[in-house]
Amino acid sequence: MAGGSSPCASCKLLRRRCAKDCIFAPYFPPDDPHKFAIVHKVFGASNVSKMLQELPLHQRADAVSSLVYEANARMRDPVYGCVGAISYLQNQVSQLQMQLAVAQAEILCIEMQQQDQQHHHQPPPVMMLPPPSISSSSSFHNQDIDHKSNFLLATSSNFNNLQHYLNSTLANSSSSTSHVMQDPLKRESLWT
Amino acid sequence: MTSSSRCAACRHLRKRCPSDCIFSPYFPSTNRKRFEDVHKIYGASNISKMLKDLPVHLRADAADSLCYEAYCRRKDPVYGSVGVISVLQQQMYNLQTQLAQIQAEIAVATANNNNNNNQIPPQPYFDGSFFPDQNGGPATSYDPPSTWFN
Repeated sequence: MAGGSSPCASCKLLRRRCAKDCIFAPYFPPDDPHKFAIVHKVFGASNVSKMLQELPLHQRADAVSSLVYEANARMRDPVYGCVGAISYLQNQVSQLQMQLAVAQAEILCIEMQQQDQQHHHQPPPVMMLPPPSISSSSSFHNQDIDHKSNFLLATSSNFNNLQHYLNSTLANSSSSTSHVMQDPLKRESLWT
Repeated sequence: MTSSSRCAACRHLRKRCPSDCIFSPYFPSTNRKRFEDVHKIYGASNISKMLKDLPVHLRADAADSLCYEAYCRRKDPVYGSVGVISVLQQQMYNLQTQLAQIQAEIAVATANNNNNNNQIPPQPYFDGSFFPDQNGGPATSYDPPSTWFN
């Protein structure tokens, strides 16, 4: 206790003299005794002191904040602590990655459908021409229509395959794409 | 008890390992580093208290989670496992943004698709009116070849 100022929260709890160079004093003010109490309960004062001593000064405040966060998490969940939150977030990330893949496949499918429709709805130019005479150009006319038909069939086949894949992927998906939008991310404050 | 049968905790703490040692099921002698890491962060007495406060069937998971957090703290002495949480939260936020963007694109593309479907020009169809009747009915723009009527 230097200059008559009150001891820090840690020295108050540990019932010892708060030195001028007390390692805890900058991070555990006397007006918040709960902060040190919870850190001491989970980690122990001597372990916290050793961890802080191994860090440069400018990183100690962040280290204390993360220790407080971990201690609070451990008190809330004595079995899993922070690891429970990590496990939950990893699961959410996996689900989002899957939903993103499905959405990307869906937009690809729509683009293919649009291309398919553009070719499908455009009237064949040969229908607008005067009917060909029987003699020379009929064989050319038939070849042109066959070529177009083959192209349309090929495009339709690809489209049907992609649609089938999309339907099966959506059926296997555990949640719909709208589920994420309805559950906004709740970001925990790191420094509670 | 011989030194080879002591658990990693009792070996590290240099004490006798009793038959009901709280540490021995979760800190076998085959992995001493695991206990050293967790002891450095939490301390043996804190670990012992935490494990004793839990029912037996939950202690293994608790020991594993403590070891994981100690491992994270060893890797990142400033942020520990909180750094991992922060990275995952950011990753989740980025994925949600990407997903929202693509869902908006899907909505626009679907709307465009519906508009295009509504604007299909009527296609010519065959109802017999293309062919002039025997009385020289209405002329059409499509004149079938004369061989059709032979």
